Amino acid sequence: MNLKTPSKLEKILAAGHLAVTSECGPPRGSDPEVITRKAEMIKDHVDAINITDNQTSVTRMCSLAACIRLKLMGLEPVLQMVTRDRNRIALQSDILGAAAFDIHNILCLSGDHLSFGDCAQGQNVHDLDSMQLIQTVRHMRDEGKFLGGDDIKRPPQMFVGAAANPFADPFEIRVPRLAKKIAAGVEFVQTQCIYNLDKFEEWMKLARDRGLHEKVYILAGMTPMKNAGMARYMKNRVPGMDVPDELVKRLADTPKEKQADEGIKICIEAIQRLKEIEGVAGFHIMAIEWEQKVPEIVEAAGLYPRPQID
Amino acid sequence: MIVADKKPIEEIIEQVKDKKTVLVLGCNECVTVCEAGGKKEVGILASALRMYFLNQGQEIKIDEVTLERQCDHEYLEEIRDVIDRYDAVVSIACGVGVQFMAEKYHSTPIFPGVNTCFLGVTEERGLWTERCQACGSCILATTGGICPVSRCAKRLLNGPCGGSTGGKCEISKEVDCAWQLIVDRLKALDKMDDFETIAPVKDWSTDRAGGPRKVNREDVQP
Amino acid sequence: MRLQYPTDIRIIRVPCTGKVDVLHILHAFEKGADGVYVVGCMEGDCHYNSGNLRARKRVEQAAIILDTIGIGGQRAQMYNLASSDGPLFAKYAAEMDTRIREMGPNPIKLAQKNAA
Repeated sequence: MNLKTPSKLEKILAAGHLAVTSECGPPRGSDPEVITRKAEMIKDHVDAINITDNQTSVTRMCSLAACIRLKLMGLEPVLQMVTRDRNRIALQSDILGAAAFDIHNILCLSGDHLSFGDCAQGQNVHDLDSMQLIQTVRHMRDEGKFLGGDDIKRPPQMFVGAAANPFADPFEIRVPRLAKKIAAGVEFVQTQCIYNLDKFEEWMKLARDRGLHEKVYILAGMTPMKNAGMARYMKNRVPGMDVPDELVKRLADTPKEKQADEGIKICIEAIQRLKEIEGVAGFHIMAIEWEQKVPEIVEAAGLYPRPQID
Repeated sequence: MIVADKKPIEEIIEQVKDKKTVLVLGCNECVTVCEAGGKKEVGILASALRMYFLNQGQEIKIDEVTLERQCDHEYLEEIRDVIDRYDAVVSIACGVGVQFMAEKYHSTPIFPGVNTCFLGVTEERGLWTERCQACGSCILATTGGICPVSRCAKRLLNGPCGGSTGGKCEISKEVDCAWQLIVDRLKALDKMDDFETIAPVKDWSTDRAGGPRKVNREDVQP
Repeated sequence: MRLQYPTDIRIIRVPCTGKVDVLHILHAFEKGADGVYVVGCMEGDCHYNSGNLRARKRVEQAAIILDTIGIGGQRAQMYNLASSDGPLFAKYAAEMDTRIREMGPNPIKLAQKNAA
């Protein structure tokens, strides 16, 4: 096994296991318990935990501090980092800060646009984009150099990830864009929430046709629906989300008190089907403010127990 | 052109309410085309201000002049003989004109009468949209002639992001996704191979990030 | 038809209401007019396609400015009628006359008198 970093996530993927990651959104406050409590709920059922970075541009506790909390619990964090809020000095600096706590996974993102959040009147940065952030982390790790060219003493050792959205438009560049991220140096991707399984399979096939599944670990993004209202919201209001009508209907036709269970069931069925697709290397389960359901999903989908790797 | 939009009259009233003589100064260039600061707008603003102050029982003399440009010495010089007659000037040229006036007529207060918005085009009468952010280092050759710096909400040099839906940007269904436009153009030009070339980290020092900029052309200097 | 309409209205003829600009309307008020109304052809019947539609927008724009500066946007109004419709012409004239009388004189006139 040819590992490039001490990342546990990398080890699990390299060993050929289906990896399972999940995510925790930091609180809108400074209470560390919010993070540790969420992490406690899922820690035995996942290999690594993403900490989102001011998602939807709403100001929260910083991803790095929350990742450190996970580290202190002995868990494996994935530091999400958006280019929206940091210029290249801040990005590199935060990467070193994370490396100082031996955080070994990073997810490079552009971030939701500022206008969605609580600081719509603020200035956005976008000095680099996600593609260039991937290059930057790889450059820092592999060359041991800053973007400015100077040597880094004790370079970061990070397994480099990014997002991929098979459902956004234009569809024909979705696979080329994945190829571009791979060329930039990405090692794993976590996809947008998958509801349209046919379209995802089409995307995977196109990716396989180019052999991309052998160059990057693709973790399928899953988010269970809590009710029909959430399904409708995701379908109509969330940019780049593809929720088929049948799925909305299936939830809507379920009695209200059973919709949550149905949502979990749909999610588990989807995982079962996606497990069989060549090139799917694992699952990224984003149970938004519903972390307690992650163990149930992981177990029912046959992904438990998690492999033990030291 | 430089696109500007009118400031609310209330804001301008607030700026000049303590003055006795005010010159409303227009510009015949970009702001005339975007109907914010040309001769006609000078007339409307001056008339409205005259009526307002008269109605308030305040005697303020408000005159109107529209210059060919406010961004060149020679045209600004045209008002040198009369500038001392005014306690203040409301310039409805773009911010460039306002500043050049302020630099030239050091002791006369100059107030902006428009909000300077962006470098853009007239898509149709009454609709102006942005095309350029003057980053100082043009990349249009690699993006099919469509600029992601000015037209992508996240100015992604390697877009589109995951929010592009039906050709529209995630911030609004009213905004085209720049990268959809780029992809459409690259296809039309049979240049889709270019899409997979990674745009490198950009040197923003030619942008506003590098501080105030100048173009210094010794070859054309006298 | 020998229709009666208020005698204090001065008619200014224009080739098309599309010729009327915000500036003309404002200048009329600056010179002391108590009200200005523009009478154009029926919408859809403009010989130049959109002259009367433009006029309506300009009247609306002038009304906003008049409101902002405390003269009263109600003093400006756009009407449309067919060129053969004398009775409606007289009705609009009476309507405007009544409205302006209720509003009183253009405050600018008084202010100008006081300033003089």
